Amino acid sequence: MTTPIVKGAAYVLVHTPDMVMHYGTTCSAEHDANPNSEFLKKVPSHLRNYEEAVKYAPNQVYIGNMLPDELNNIPKPWYKNLIADAKVEGKMGAMVPQDEFYIAMKLCDAFDLVMLEKDFTDSTKAKMSKIPYYTEDEFAKVKEGFDAADIEKKVAEGAEPLHFNGNLVGCVKAAHASDKNLTAHIMVENIVSKASGVIALKNLIHVNNIPADSIEYVIECSEEACGDMNQRGGGNFAKAIAEVAGAVSATGSDTRGFCAAPTHALINAAALVKSGVYKNVAIVAGGATAKLGMNGRDHVNKDLPILEDCLGAFAILISEDDGVSPVLRTDIVGRHTVGTGSAPQAVMESLITKPLDRSGLKITDIDKYSVEMQNPEITEPAGAGDVPLANYKMIAALGAKRGDIDRTYMATFIKEHGMPGFAPTQGHIPSGVPFVGAAREMIMDGKINRAMIVGKGSLFLGRMTNLFDGVSIVMEKNPGKVEEIGAVSKEEIKGMVAETMKEFAAFLLNGK
Amino acid sequence: MDLENQKRVLELSEKFGKENVVVVLGASEAETAGLAAETVAAGDPTYAGPLAGVSLGLAVYHIFELKEEVDADVYDEQCGMMEMVLDVDAIGAEVKTIRDQYSKF
Repeated sequence: MTTPIVKGAAYVLVHTPDMVMHYGTTCSAEHDANPNSEFLKKVPSHLRNYEEAVKYAPNQVYIGNMLPDELNNIPKPWYKNLIADAKVEGKMGAMVPQDEFYIAMKLCDAFDLVMLEKDFTDSTKAKMSKIPYYTEDEFAKVKEGFDAADIEKKVAEGAEPLHFNGNLVGCVKAAHASDKNLTAHIMVENIVSKASGVIALKNLIHVNNIPADSIEYVIECSEEACGDMNQRGGGNFAKAIAEVAGAVSATGSDTRGFCAAPTHALINAAALVKSGVYKNVAIVAGGATAKLGMNGRDHVNKDLPILEDCLGAFAILISEDDGVSPVLRTDIVGRHTVGTGSAPQAVMESLITKPLDRSGLKITDIDKYSVEMQNPEITEPAGAGDVPLANYKMIAALGAKRGDIDRTYMATFIKEHGMPGFAPTQGHIPSGVPFVGAAREMIMDGKINRAMIVGKGSLFLGRMTNLFDGVSIVMEKNPGKVEEIGAVSKEEIKGMVAETMKEFAAFLLNGK
Repeated sequence: MDLENQKRVLELSEKFGKENVVVVLGASEAETAGLAAETVAAGDPTYAGPLAGVSLGLAVYHIFELKEEVDADVYDEQCGMMEMVLDVDAIGAEVKTIRDQYSKF
């Protein structure tokens, strides 16, 4: 039986300032209730341009150009202390501007629902020609655009607009005349999720030089649902994403669990590889338009830029043991069960200490904990505090209560075993998985030996249960391939038993 | 405070009477605890939910303020860890300020 390893990871941020106004729930709900509100008037002047988003240190961490701990060396506020030599290309992914993303949406548009203006299409396609993860064939599929008047007409009829720098450059039409689950708004959300997932999977393939056809299974773990009036969440984003990313040998399925879904997907993928069902399993998720500018009201009130201006996406490949990449310990898995209850202590025990106890490990044996890695600069102005820090405090307090660490060591523990939050508040995106790529790099560079990936989810938001959810898994240094010297197969044992029986029978018959 | 929770508080106070309802908070920050206390005592300050403009005047406490009222083992199991993590004094002071100002029961 093989050991599952993390073969590669990719992280993508799509800068979508125009979508904040129209598709983020905070702005769109305000627009419906109070279209002339002071808040809405102030939003445009608080939106960052692409360059500012690229140079924002937490974004550079997300796409892999800096390690999370390096944020400790950058003075706050980070939005005022930009990284001068920041790059669009990341060691583990990329930043994508809004105009190029609209072309990616068109590339993902299987039912001719996305209309883009002619000149916009031509000029954007031309500027994208050097992006290494797109092919000429793909650009050829994005046909000539539409006249601006046609797009305006469709928007007047109910299509959802696509703006760039405040100008209408396209729209997304409804996929059905009356089906509430195929409205233009839902199609925007789903095509955005699919397209950003595709860019993440393409980056995973490109950055890690993975043959696309080696991926056998894709688990998609975003928070959107695709389906029609008869099956609202029928699916399946996974196969749709695999198709566009060129993973021709793959099938797949969607896993849901709010913010915990990516870690569920990571464990499921590891299990599929461990069991030998598939050799290469990709987990992937695109971003959510609804969460753009979610805390924008507080950011505007406190005169900050609207920092939730990027869609987040990621893709991770879990493969058979290569003797080098960090392994996923399927025997050290934590889970919040139905019976766990909702007390914070019980939650942390189920996710952190119970799996460690089963393996004889202490809290300090995990070098880095990846929890809910939201960027605190986004959440603190909204009164939600520093979420990763709150998690690290809880882990430290749990350690102190159990006697694993001394109370006086708690602050040091938090600094050494934690890290600053850096992920966009895109629901499922910040939970556990943003650190998988950095953990892989740090483990392979010998900086750490072991990391725990913790995913938590607020299931009660779906109104089906009051329960909370969470799972965790440990990643650690690959011990190297061990030759199975002296190991014998079942068939060999059968042969040996048969031979002995034969000899014994001969002894009985011949008396010797 | 979450709009759904505001609705629940309103319904419970109508069903059992405002004088018979005590709201126990579990918020992790003084500011959020204060906002939730204000919502159930004076009305929703954000004017977004069912308690906008509805001054229930309910008695409201943070669970940290009720430590002496709870079985010690249960409290330790449910709140012991968070007591080590959060700013207990600041949360308690914030909720008490709101309670003294707006609670009628």
